[in-house]
Amino acid sequence: MSAATTTARTAGGAGGAGRAAMRALHILLLPAVLIGAWWVASLVSGVYYLPTPGEIAATFVEVWGTERLLEDVLPSVGRLFGGFALAVVLGVGLGVVLGLSARIRALLEPVLEFFRAIPPPVLVPLLMLFVGVSTTMKLLVIVSGCIWPILLNTIEGVRAVDPVLVDTCRCYGIRGRRWLTTLVLRSASPQIMAGMRQGLSIAIILMVISEMFASSSGLGYTIIQFQRTFAIPEMWSGILLLGLLGFLLSVVFGLVERKVLSWYNGTRAAARGE
Amino acid sequence: MLDVTGLQKIYPGQHGEVEALRDLTFHLGDGELACLVGPSGCGKTTLLKCIAGLMRPTSGSVVLAGTSVTGPPPDMAVVFQEYGRSLFPWLRVRQNVELPLKEKRLPAKRRRELSDEALDAVGLLKSADAYPWQLSGGMQQRVAIARAIAYEPRVLLMDEPFAAVDAQTRADLEDLIRTLWKRFSMTVLFVTHDIDEAVYLGQRVLVMSSSPTVIQDDVSIDLADERDQINTRGEHRFAELRTRIYAEIRNASQPGAAQPQEAGKE
Repeated sequence: MSAATTTARTAGGAGGAGRAAMRALHILLLPAVLIGAWWVASLVSGVYYLPTPGEIAATFVEVWGTERLLEDVLPSVGRLFGGFALAVVLGVGLGVVLGLSARIRALLEPVLEFFRAIPPPVLVPLLMLFVGVSTTMKLLVIVSGCIWPILLNTIEGVRAVDPVLVDTCRCYGIRGRRWLTTLVLRSASPQIMAGMRQGLSIAIILMVISEMFASSSGLGYTIIQFQRTFAIPEMWSGILLLGLLGFLLSVVFGLVERKVLSWYNGTRAAARGE
Repeated sequence: MLDVTGLQKIYPGQHGEVEALRDLTFHLGDGELACLVGPSGCGKTTLLKCIAGLMRPTSGSVVLAGTSVTGPPPDMAVVFQEYGRSLFPWLRVRQNVELPLKEKRLPAKRRRELSDEALDAVGLLKSADAYPWQLSGGMQQRVAIARAIAYEPRVLLMDEPFAAVDAQTRADLEDLIRTLWKRFSMTVLFVTHDIDEAVYLGQRVLVMSSSPTVIQDDVSIDLADERDQINTRGEHRFAELRTRIYAEIRNASQPGAAQPQEAGKE
Protein backbone atom coordinates (compact mmCIF):
# COMPACT_ATOMS: atom_id res chain seq x y z
CA MET A 1 0.00 0.00 0.00
CA SER A 2 2.68 2.40 1.13
CA ALA A 3 4.93 1.34 -1.72
CA ALA A 4 2.12 1.96 -4.15
CA THR A 5 1.55 5.44 -2.71
CA THR A 6 5.23 6.27 -3.01
CA THR A 7 5.29 5.09 -6.59
CA ALA A 8 2.23 7.16 -7.39
CA ARG A 9 3.77 10.25 -5.80
CA THR A 10 7.04 9.82 -7.70
CA ALA A 11 5.10 9.39 -10.89
CA GLY A 12 3.15 12.54 -10.01
CA GLY A 13 6.36 14.49 -9.42
CA ALA A 14 7.77 13.33 -12.71
CA GLY A 15 4.45 14.26 -14.28
CA GLY A 16 4.78 17.77 -12.81
CA ALA A 17 8.26 18.23 -14.22
CA GLY A 18 7.03 16.77 -17.48
CA ARG A 19 4.17 19.25 -17.57
CA ALA A 20 6.55 22.17 -16.97
CA ALA A 21 8.76 20.94 -19.79
CA MET A 22 5.74 20.58 -22.05
CA ARG A 23 4.68 24.11 -21.20
CA ALA A 24 8.11 25.50 -22.01
CA LEU A 25 8.04 23.55 -25.26
CA HIS A 26 4.61 24.96 -26.10
CA ILE A 27 5.84 28.51 -25.58
CA LEU A 28 9.19 28.15 -27.36
CA LEU A 29 8.30 25.76 -30.14
CA LEU A 30 6.74 28.20 -32.58
CA PRO A 31 9.41 30.93 -32.21
CA ALA A 32 12.11 28.25 -32.70
CA VAL A 33 10.39 26.93 -35.83
CA LEU A 34 10.00 30.43 -37.26
CA ILE A 35 13.63 31.35 -36.63
CA GLY A 36 14.72 28.04 -38.14
CA ALA A 37 12.54 28.60 -41.22
CA TRP A 38 13.93 32.10 -41.63
CA TRP A 39 17.45 30.78 -41.33
CA VAL A 40 16.86 28.14 -43.98
CA ALA A 41 15.11 30.62 -46.30
CA SER A 42 17.94 33.08 -45.90
CA LEU A 43 20.64 30.52 -46.62
CA VAL A 44 18.80 28.90 -49.53
CA SER A 45 17.74 32.14 -51.25
CA GLY A 46 21.02 33.96 -50.62
CA VAL A 47 19.19 37.27 -51.05
CA TYR A 48 21.20 40.24 -49.85
CA TYR A 49 18.19 41.86 -48.16
CA LEU A 50 17.50 38.80 -46.02
CA PRO A 51 20.39 38.16 -43.64
CA THR A 52 20.34 35.10 -41.37
CA PRO A 53 19.08 35.42 -37.80
CA GLY A 54 22.65 34.75 -36.67
CA GLU A 55 23.96 37.79 -38.54
CA ILE A 56 21.12 39.96 -37.23
CA ALA A 57 21.76 38.85 -33.65
CA ALA A 58 25.47 39.62 -33.96
CA THR A 59 24.73 43.02 -35.51
CA PHE A 60 22.11 43.73 -32.85
CA VAL A 61 24.61 43.73 -30.02
CA GLU A 62 27.09 45.77 -32.03
CA VAL A 63 24.59 48.40 -33.30
CA TRP A 64 22.51 48.98 -30.21
CA GLY A 65 25.42 49.21 -27.78
CA THR A 66 25.83 52.05 -25.35
CA GLU A 67 26.07 55.00 -27.69
CA ARG A 68 22.91 54.40 -29.73
CA LEU A 69 21.13 53.13 -26.65
CA LEU A 70 21.69 56.46 -24.94
CA GLU A 71 21.29 58.74 -27.94
CA ASP A 72 18.51 57.08 -29.89
CA VAL A 73 16.74 54.30 -28.05
CA LEU A 74 16.24 55.85 -24.63
CA PRO A 75 15.06 59.27 -25.93
CA SER A 76 12.59 57.44 -28.20
CA VAL A 77 11.29 55.32 -25.37
CA GLY A 78 11.12 58.44 -23.21
CA ARG A 79 8.97 60.21 -25.78
CA LEU A 80 6.84 57.09 -26.09
CA PHE A 81 6.15 57.09 -22.36
CA GLY A 82 5.71 60.86 -22.28
CA GLY A 83 3.19 60.86 -25.11
CA PHE A 84 1.37 57.84 -23.73
CA ALA A 85 1.19 59.33 -20.22
CA LEU A 86 -0.12 62.61 -21.62
CA ALA A 87 -2.74 60.74 -23.64
CA VAL A 88 -3.82 58.78 -20.54
CA VAL A 89 -4.20 61.93 -18.46
CA LEU A 90 -6.08 63.80 -21.19
CA GLY A 91 -8.11 60.80 -22.34
CA VAL A 92 -9.23 59.72 -18.88
CA GLY A 93 -9.81 63.29 -17.71
CA LEU A 94 -11.87 64.26 -20.73
CA GLY A 95 -13.53 60.82 -20.80
CA VAL A 96 -14.80 61.23 -17.23
CA VAL A 97 -16.27 64.64 -18.02
CA LEU A 98 -17.92 63.39 -21.21
CA GLY A 99 -19.08 60.17 -19.57
CA LEU A 100 -20.77 62.04 -16.72
CA SER A 101 -22.46 64.76 -18.73
CA ALA A 102 -24.84 63.86 -21.53
CA ARG A 103 -25.04 67.52 -22.49
CA ILE A 104 -21.30 68.00 -23.01
CA ARG A 105 -21.20 64.66 -24.78
CA ALA A 106 -23.87 65.73 -27.26
CA LEU A 107 -21.98 68.97 -27.83
CA LEU A 108 -18.54 67.47 -28.45
CA GLU A 109 -19.23 64.08 -29.96
CA PRO A 110 -19.52 65.09 -33.66
CA VAL A 111 -16.30 67.09 -33.44
CA LEU A 112 -14.51 64.26 -31.70
CA GLU A 113 -15.70 61.80 -34.34
CA PHE A 114 -14.20 64.06 -37.01
CA PHE A 115 -10.82 64.40 -35.33
CA ARG A 116 -10.74 60.71 -34.60
CA ALA A 117 -11.13 59.98 -38.29
CA ILE A 118 -7.94 61.84 -39.20
CA PRO A 119 -5.00 59.44 -39.46
CA PRO A 120 -2.32 60.82 -37.10
CA PRO A 121 0.62 60.40 -39.55
CA VAL A 122 -0.83 63.11 -41.80
CA LEU A 123 -0.54 65.50 -38.89
CA VAL A 124 3.23 65.18 -38.94
CA PRO A 125 3.86 67.68 -41.77
CA LEU A 126 1.28 70.04 -40.30
CA LEU A 127 2.72 69.92 -36.82
CA MET A 128 6.23 70.39 -38.24
CA LEU A 129 5.07 73.71 -39.67
CA PHE A 130 3.39 74.85 -36.49
CA VAL A 131 5.65 73.63 -33.70
CA GLY A 132 8.76 72.76 -35.69
CA VAL A 133 10.76 69.55 -35.66
CA SER A 134 10.87 69.16 -31.93
CA THR A 135 10.08 66.90 -29.05
CA THR A 136 6.75 68.71 -28.73
CA MET A 137 5.82 67.75 -32.27
CA LYS A 138 6.66 64.11 -31.65
CA LEU A 139 4.71 64.04 -28.40
CA LEU A 140 1.72 65.62 -30.11
CA VAL A 141 1.79 63.03 -32.89
CA ILE A 142 1.80 60.22 -30.31
CA VAL A 143 -0.98 61.82 -28.26
CA SER A 144 -3.11 62.56 -31.31
CA GLY A 145 -3.28 58.88 -32.13
CA CYS A 146 -3.33 57.01 -28.87
CA ILE A 147 -5.74 59.26 -27.00
CA TRP A 148 -8.78 57.95 -28.90
CA PRO A 149 -9.15 54.43 -27.59
CA ILE A 150 -8.44 55.73 -24.08
CA LEU A 151 -10.98 58.52 -24.38
CA LEU A 152 -13.75 56.46 -25.95
CA ASN A 153 -13.32 53.53 -23.59
CA THR A 154 -13.30 55.85 -20.57
CA ILE A 155 -16.57 57.43 -21.72
CA GLU A 156 -18.16 54.00 -22.08
CA GLY A 157 -16.82 52.87 -18.72
CA VAL A 158 -18.03 55.95 -16.89
CA ARG A 159 -21.47 55.71 -18.49
CA ALA A 160 -21.76 52.09 -17.40
CA VAL A 161 -21.32 52.76 -13.66
CA ASP A 162 -23.88 50.63 -11.84
CA PRO A 163 -26.89 52.76 -10.77
CA VAL A 164 -27.20 50.74 -7.54
CA LEU A 165 -23.67 51.79 -6.60
CA VAL A 166 -24.51 55.37 -7.54
CA ASP A 167 -27.52 55.26 -5.19
CA THR A 168 -25.39 53.63 -2.49
CA CYS A 169 -22.91 56.49 -2.70
CA ARG A 170 -25.70 59.04 -2.52
CA CYS A 171 -27.25 57.38 0.54
CA TYR A 172 -23.97 57.29 2.41
CA GLY A 173 -22.99 60.80 1.42
CA ILE A 174 -19.96 59.70 -0.62
CA ARG A 175 -19.11 62.60 -2.91
CA GLY A 176 -16.30 64.73 -4.25
CA ARG A 177 -12.89 63.20 -4.70
CA ARG A 178 -13.73 59.98 -2.90
CA TRP A 179 -16.74 59.55 -5.16
CA LEU A 180 -14.57 60.11 -8.24
CA THR A 181 -11.76 57.78 -7.22
CA THR A 182 -13.69 55.06 -5.37
CA LEU A 183 -16.76 54.92 -7.56
CA VAL A 184 -16.28 56.39 -11.02
CA LEU A 185 -12.65 55.61 -11.87
CA ARG A 186 -12.64 52.18 -10.27
CA SER A 187 -15.91 51.23 -11.97
CA ALA A 188 -14.55 52.33 -15.32
CA SER A 189 -11.11 50.80 -14.80
CA PRO A 190 -11.70 47.65 -16.91
CA GLN A 191 -12.63 49.80 -19.91
CA ILE A 192 -9.90 52.33 -19.18
CA MET A 193 -7.29 49.57 -19.08
CA ALA A 194 -8.60 48.11 -22.36
CA GLY A 195 -8.30 51.55 -23.94
CA MET A 196 -4.81 52.02 -22.57
CA ARG A 197 -3.70 48.69 -23.99
CA GLN A 198 -4.86 49.70 -27.46
CA GLY A 199 -3.39 53.16 -26.99
CA LEU A 200 0.00 51.75 -26.05
CA SER A 201 0.39 49.79 -29.26
CA ILE A 202 -0.67 52.82 -31.29
CA ALA A 203 1.84 54.92 -29.35
CA ILE A 204 4.71 52.64 -30.42
CA ILE A 205 3.73 52.94 -34.06
CA LEU A 206 3.45 56.71 -33.85
CA MET A 207 6.73 57.04 -31.98
CA VAL A 208 8.47 55.46 -34.97
CA ILE A 209 6.50 57.46 -37.53
CA SER A 210 7.12 60.77 -35.74
CA GLU A 211 10.87 60.13 -36.12
CA MET A 212 10.82 59.11 -39.74
CA PHE A 213 10.47 62.63 -41.13
CA ALA A 214 13.07 65.35 -40.81
CA SER A 215 14.43 63.93 -37.63
CA SER A 216 18.05 63.55 -36.58
CA SER A 217 17.84 60.96 -33.87
CA GLY A 218 15.60 58.25 -32.49
CA LEU A 219 14.72 54.70 -33.30
CA GLY A 220 12.58 55.49 -36.34
CA TYR A 221 15.23 57.83 -37.72
CA THR A 222 18.02 55.27 -37.20
CA ILE A 223 16.13 52.48 -38.95
CA ILE A 224 15.36 54.73 -41.92
CA GLN A 225 19.03 55.77 -42.07
CA PHE A 226 20.14 52.12 -42.15
CA GLN A 227 17.68 51.38 -44.93
CA ARG A 228 18.87 54.36 -47.00
CA THR A 229 22.51 53.38 -46.62
CA PHE A 230 21.78 49.72 -47.40
CA ALA A 231 22.97 48.64 -43.94
CA ILE A 232 20.62 45.69 -44.17
CA PRO A 233 21.48 43.59 -41.08
CA GLU A 234 21.48 46.83 -39.05
CA MET A 235 18.04 47.73 -40.38
CA TRP A 236 16.75 44.30 -39.46
CA SER A 237 18.23 44.59 -35.99
CA GLY A 238 16.26 47.83 -35.53
CA ILE A 239 13.06 46.08 -36.50
CA LEU A 240 13.94 43.31 -34.06
CA LEU A 241 14.51 45.89 -31.35
CA LEU A 242 11.07 47.44 -31.97
CA GLY A 243 9.47 44.03 -31.81
CA LEU A 244 11.20 43.24 -28.54
CA LEU A 245 10.27 46.66 -27.13
CA GLY A 246 6.60 46.14 -27.98
CA PHE A 247 6.65 42.64 -26.54
CA LEU A 248 8.28 43.81 -23.31
CA LEU A 249 5.81 46.67 -22.88
CA SER A 250 2.91 44.33 -23.47
CA VAL A 251 4.19 41.91 -20.81
CA VAL A 252 4.71 44.73 -18.29
CA PHE A 253 1.29 46.16 -19.09
CA GLY A 254 -0.25 42.73 -18.59
CA LEU A 255 1.28 42.50 -15.12
CA VAL A 256 0.00 45.95 -14.14
CA GLU A 257 -3.42 45.15 -15.55
CA ARG A 258 -3.64 41.91 -13.61
CA LYS A 259 -2.92 43.80 -10.41
CA VAL A 260 -5.30 46.68 -11.09
CA LEU A 261 -8.15 44.48 -12.31
CA SER A 262 -7.81 41.57 -9.88
CA TRP A 263 -11.23 42.43 -8.43
CA TYR A 264 -12.75 42.42 -11.92
CA ASN A 265 -11.34 39.04 -12.86
CA GLY A 266 -12.41 37.71 -9.46
CA THR A 267 -15.96 38.99 -9.91
CA ARG A 268 -16.19 37.44 -13.34
CA ALA A 269 -14.83 34.13 -12.14
CA ALA A 270 -17.32 34.16 -9.24
CA ALA A 271 -20.17 34.91 -11.65
CA ARG A 272 -19.15 31.92 -13.75
CA GLY A 273 -19.28 29.83 -10.58
CA GLU A 274 -15.61 28.93 -10.40
CA MET B 1 -39.58 60.01 13.79
CA LEU B 2 -40.59 59.56 10.19
CA ASP B 3 -43.65 61.26 8.76
CA VAL B 4 -44.84 60.59 5.25
CA THR B 5 -47.69 62.86 4.26
CA GLY B 6 -49.77 62.83 1.10
CA LEU B 7 -46.95 61.37 -0.95
CA GLN B 8 -47.63 61.20 -4.66
CA LYS B 9 -45.32 60.21 -7.50
CA ILE B 10 -46.20 60.54 -11.15
CA TYR B 11 -43.76 59.33 -13.78
CA PRO B 12 -43.90 61.20 -17.04
CA GLY B 13 -44.04 58.68 -19.86
CA GLN B 14 -44.31 58.51 -23.64
CA HIS B 15 -47.84 57.11 -23.42
CA GLY B 16 -49.07 59.57 -20.87
CA GLU B 17 -48.26 59.87 -17.24
CA VAL B 18 -48.14 56.93 -14.87
CA GLU B 19 -49.29 57.55 -11.34
CA ALA B 20 -47.20 55.14 -9.29
CA LEU B 21 -48.10 56.49 -5.87
CA ARG B 22 -51.37 58.35 -5.30
CA ASP B 23 -51.63 59.39 -1.70
CA LEU B 24 -49.52 57.79 1.01
CA THR B 25 -49.64 58.95 4.58
CA PHE B 26 -48.16 57.18 7.58
CA HIS B 27 -46.10 57.81 10.64
CA LEU B 28 -43.29 55.75 12.15
CA GLY B 29 -42.49 56.22 15.81
CA ASP B 30 -38.98 56.30 17.19
CA GLY B 31 -37.54 52.79 17.42
CA GLU B 32 -40.38 51.13 15.55
CA LEU B 33 -39.97 48.18 13.22
CA ALA B 34 -42.56 48.44 10.49
CA CYS B 35 -42.97 46.34 7.39
CA LEU B 36 -44.44 47.56 4.16
CA VAL B 37 -46.12 44.97 1.97
CA GLY B 38 -47.95 45.32 -1.28
CA PRO B 39 -48.64 43.51 -4.51
CA SER B 40 -45.88 43.55 -7.09
CA GLY B 41 -45.81 46.71 -9.14
CA CYS B 42 -47.43 48.82 -6.42
CA GLY B 43 -44.50 51.21 -6.19
CA LYS B 44 -42.70 49.91 -3.11
CA THR B 45 -39.29 50.82 -4.49
CA THR B 46 -40.57 54.22 -5.62
CA LEU B 47 -41.82 54.94 -2.11
CA LEU B 48 -38.56 53.82 -0.57
CA LYS B 49 -36.54 56.00 -2.93
CA CYS B 50 -38.69 59.00 -2.07
CA ILE B 51 -38.19 58.37 1.65
CA ALA B 52 -34.44 57.89 1.15
CA GLY B 53 -34.22 61.21 -0.67
CA LEU B 54 -33.04 59.52 -3.86
CA MET B 55 -36.12 60.65 -5.77
CA ARG B 56 -38.30 63.74 -5.51
CA PRO B 57 -42.00 63.03 -5.01
CA THR B 58 -44.43 64.85 -7.29
CA SER B 59 -46.25 66.15 -4.24
CA GLY B 60 -46.44 65.45 -0.55
CA SER B 61 -43.65 65.40 1.98
CA VAL B 62 -41.28 63.19 3.89
CA VAL B 63 -40.15 64.54 7.25
CA LEU B 64 -37.44 62.79 9.22
CA ALA B 65 -37.02 63.85 12.85
CA GLY B 66 -38.49 67.25 12.13
CA THR B 67 -36.43 67.89 9.00
CA SER B 68 -37.89 67.78 5.54
CA VAL B 69 -36.17 65.23 3.29
CA THR B 70 -34.98 66.77 0.02
CA GLY B 71 -31.84 64.68 -0.48
CA PRO B 72 -30.38 61.62 1.25
CA PRO B 73 -30.52 62.47 4.98
CA PRO B 74 -27.31 61.96 6.98
CA ASP B 75 -28.82 59.69 9.65
CA MET B 76 -30.51 57.24 7.34
CA ALA B 77 -29.02 54.05 5.88
CA VAL B 78 -30.42 51.93 3.07
CA VAL B 79 -29.99 48.24 2.33
CA PHE B 80 -30.78 47.51 -1.28
CA GLN B 81 -32.24 44.38 -2.79
CA GLU B 82 -29.33 43.92 -5.17
CA TYR B 83 -26.68 43.10 -2.60
CA GLY B 84 -24.24 41.99 -5.29
CA ARG B 85 -24.37 45.41 -6.90
CA SER B 86 -24.46 47.65 -3.85
CA LEU B 87 -21.07 46.55 -2.50
CA PHE B 88 -17.87 47.83 -4.08
CA PRO B 89 -16.22 44.77 -5.63
CA TRP B 90 -12.79 46.46 -5.58
CA LEU B 91 -12.93 47.04 -1.83
CA ARG B 92 -12.53 44.41 0.85
CA VAL B 93 -15.40 43.72 3.24
CA ARG B 94 -14.03 45.99 5.96
CA GLN B 95 -13.24 48.76 3.47
CA ASN B 96 -16.82 48.57 2.24
CA VAL B 97 -18.11 48.96 5.78
CA GLU B 98 -15.72 51.80 6.59
CA LEU B 99 -16.09 53.82 3.39
CA PRO B 100 -19.14 55.83 4.56
CA LEU B 101 -17.40 56.38 7.90
CA LYS B 102 -14.41 57.90 6.12
CA GLU B 103 -16.75 60.33 4.44
CA LYS B 104 -18.13 61.13 7.92
CA ARG B 105 -14.50 61.99 8.82
CA LEU B 106 -14.37 59.63 11.74
CA PRO B 107 -10.85 58.90 12.99
CA ALA B 108 -9.34 55.54 12.00
CA LYS B 109 -9.65 54.11 15.49
CA ARG B 110 -13.36 54.87 15.73
CA ARG B 111 -13.93 53.49 12.22
CA ARG B 112 -12.24 50.30 13.24
CA GLU B 113 -14.37 50.00 16.39
CA LEU B 114 -17.58 50.54 14.46
CA SER B 115 -16.68 48.14 11.66
CA ASP B 116 -15.56 45.50 14.17
CA GLU B 117 -18.82 45.80 16.07
CA ALA B 118 -20.99 45.75 12.96
CA LEU B 119 -19.17 42.84 11.33
CA ASP B 120 -19.25 40.92 14.59
CA ALA B 121 -22.97 41.58 14.92
CA VAL B 122 -23.65 40.02 11.52
CA GLY B 123 -21.16 37.20 12.17
CA LEU B 124 -18.64 38.18 9.50
CA LEU B 125 -15.67 39.44 11.47
CA LYS B 126 -13.60 36.58 10.11
CA SER B 127 -14.34 37.62 6.53
CA ALA B 128 -13.29 41.25 7.03
CA ASP B 129 -10.39 40.92 4.61
CA ALA B 130 -12.26 39.04 1.90
CA TYR B 131 -13.66 40.65 -1.20
CA PRO B 132 -17.47 40.66 -1.53
CA TRP B 133 -17.40 38.39 -4.57
CA GLN B 134 -15.62 35.72 -2.55
CA LEU B 135 -18.70 35.44 -0.32
CA SER B 136 -22.09 33.78 -0.83
CA GLY B 137 -25.18 35.87 -1.58
CA GLY B 138 -26.44 35.75 1.99
CA MET B 139 -23.04 36.77 3.33
CA GLN B 140 -22.87 39.67 0.86
CA GLN B 141 -26.21 40.93 2.08
CA ARG B 142 -24.93 40.68 5.64
CA VAL B 143 -21.97 42.87 4.65
CA ALA B 144 -24.42 45.44 3.29
CA ILE B 145 -26.35 45.25 6.58
CA ALA B 146 -23.12 45.64 8.56
CA ARG B 147 -22.26 48.71 6.51
CA ALA B 148 -25.68 50.18 7.29
CA ILE B 149 -25.34 49.50 11.04
CA ALA B 150 -21.80 50.85 11.29
CA TYR B 151 -23.14 54.10 9.83
CA GLU B 152 -25.14 54.47 13.08
CA PRO B 153 -28.36 55.52 11.40
CA ARG B 154 -31.50 56.53 13.24
CA VAL B 155 -33.57 55.08 10.46
CA LEU B 156 -32.75 51.96 8.48
CA LEU B 157 -34.59 51.37 5.21
CA MET B 158 -34.53 47.93 3.65
CA ASP B 159 -35.80 47.34 0.13
CA GLU B 160 -36.74 43.67 -0.25
CA PRO B 161 -33.31 42.76 1.05
CA PHE B 162 -33.86 39.02 1.13
CA ALA B 163 -35.72 38.57 -2.15
CA ALA B 164 -32.74 36.94 -3.82
CA VAL B 165 -31.43 34.55 -1.15
CA ASP B 166 -32.44 30.96 -0.45
CA ALA B 167 -35.09 30.08 2.15
CA GLN B 168 -32.79 28.94 4.95
CA THR B 169 -30.51 31.97 4.63
CA ARG B 170 -33.57 34.14 4.50
CA ALA B 171 -34.88 32.79 7.81
CA ASP B 172 -31.48 33.41 9.41
CA LEU B 173 -31.33 36.94 8.07
CA GLU B 174 -34.85 37.70 9.33
CA ASP B 175 -33.84 36.70 12.84
CA LEU B 176 -30.67 38.75 12.43
CA ILE B 177 -32.73 41.85 11.60
CA ARG B 178 -34.85 41.46 14.77
CA THR B 179 -31.70 41.01 16.86
CA LEU B 180 -29.95 44.02 15.34
CA TRP B 181 -33.04 46.19 15.62
CA LYS B 182 -33.21 45.54 19.36
CA ARG B 183 -29.48 45.85 19.93
CA PHE B 184 -28.95 49.08 18.02
CA SER B 185 -32.36 50.65 18.73
CA MET B 186 -33.03 51.98 15.24
CA THR B 187 -36.26 52.76 13.49
CA VAL B 188 -36.58 50.17 10.73
CA LEU B 189 -38.77 50.29 7.65
CA PHE B 190 -38.67 46.94 5.90
CA VAL B 191 -40.17 46.65 2.43
CA THR B 192 -41.16 43.21 1.21
CA HIS B 193 -43.63 41.44 -1.02
CA ASP B 194 -43.66 38.43 1.31
CA ILE B 195 -46.62 38.60 3.74
CA ASP B 196 -45.24 35.92 6.07
CA GLU B 197 -41.98 37.78 6.33
CA ALA B 198 -43.76 41.05 7.08
CA VAL B 199 -45.88 39.51 9.85
CA TYR B 200 -42.93 37.64 11.32
CA LEU B 201 -40.64 40.68 11.42
CA GLY B 202 -42.80 43.68 12.09
CA GLN B 203 -44.47 45.34 15.02
CA ARG B 204 -46.68 46.86 12.40
CA VAL B 205 -47.49 46.01 8.83
CA LEU B 206 -48.49 48.71 6.39
CA VAL B 207 -50.46 47.28 3.50
CA MET B 208 -50.21 49.06 0.18
CA SER B 209 -52.90 48.85 -2.46
CA SER B 210 -52.06 48.15 -6.06
CA SER B 211 -51.14 51.06 -8.31
CA PRO B 212 -52.15 53.94 -8.07
CA THR B 213 -51.12 53.28 -4.54
CA VAL B 214 -52.57 54.30 -1.20
CA ILE B 215 -52.02 52.81 2.26
CA GLN B 216 -54.84 50.36 2.44
CA ASP B 217 -54.41 49.21 5.99
CA ASP B 218 -52.17 49.57 8.99
CA VAL B 219 -52.06 46.32 10.95
CA SER B 220 -50.62 46.14 14.41
CA ILE B 221 -48.84 42.81 14.92
CA ASP B 222 -49.71 41.69 18.42
CA LEU B 223 -47.38 38.70 18.54
CA ALA B 224 -44.96 38.20 21.41
CA ASP B 225 -41.76 40.21 21.20
CA GLU B 226 -39.59 37.09 21.26
CA ARG B 227 -40.14 35.41 17.93
CA ASP B 228 -38.72 32.28 16.47
CA GLN B 229 -39.10 30.72 13.09
CA ILE B 230 -40.87 27.54 14.20
CA ASN B 231 -43.12 28.55 17.07
CA THR B 232 -44.13 32.04 16.00
CA ARG B 233 -45.04 30.89 12.53
CA GLY B 234 -47.04 28.05 14.04
CA GLU B 235 -49.15 30.30 16.27
CA HIS B 236 -52.83 30.69 15.60
CA ARG B 237 -52.56 34.47 15.78
CA PHE B 238 -49.79 34.45 13.15
CA ALA B 239 -52.08 32.58 10.78
CA GLU B 240 -54.93 35.00 11.46
CA LEU B 241 -52.83 38.07 10.75
CA ARG B 242 -51.34 36.48 7.70
CA THR B 243 -54.76 35.54 6.35
CA ARG B 244 -56.14 38.99 6.98
CA ILE B 245 -53.32 40.73 5.13
CA TYR B 246 -53.34 38.17 2.37
CA ALA B 247 -57.05 38.77 1.78
CA GLU B 248 -56.52 42.50 1.66
CA ILE B 249 -53.74 42.27 -0.86
CA ARG B 250 -55.80 39.93 -2.98
CA ASN B 251 -58.69 42.36 -2.90
CA ALA B 252 -56.32 45.15 -3.74
CA SER B 253 -55.14 43.40 -6.86
CA GLN B 254 -58.63 42.29 -7.97
CA PRO B 255 -59.57 43.84 -11.27
CA GLY B 256 -62.57 46.13 -11.13
CA ALA B 257 -61.41 49.55 -10.14
CA ALA B 258 -59.80 51.36 -13.04
CA GLN B 259 -56.14 50.49 -12.86
CA PRO B 260 -53.52 52.15 -14.97
CA GLN B 261 -50.56 50.04 -15.96
CA GLU B 262 -47.99 49.29 -13.33
CA ALA B 263 -45.14 51.65 -12.81
CA GLY B 264 -41.92 50.40 -14.29
CA LYS B 265 -39.91 50.59 -11.08
CA GLU B 266 -40.55 47.59 -8.92
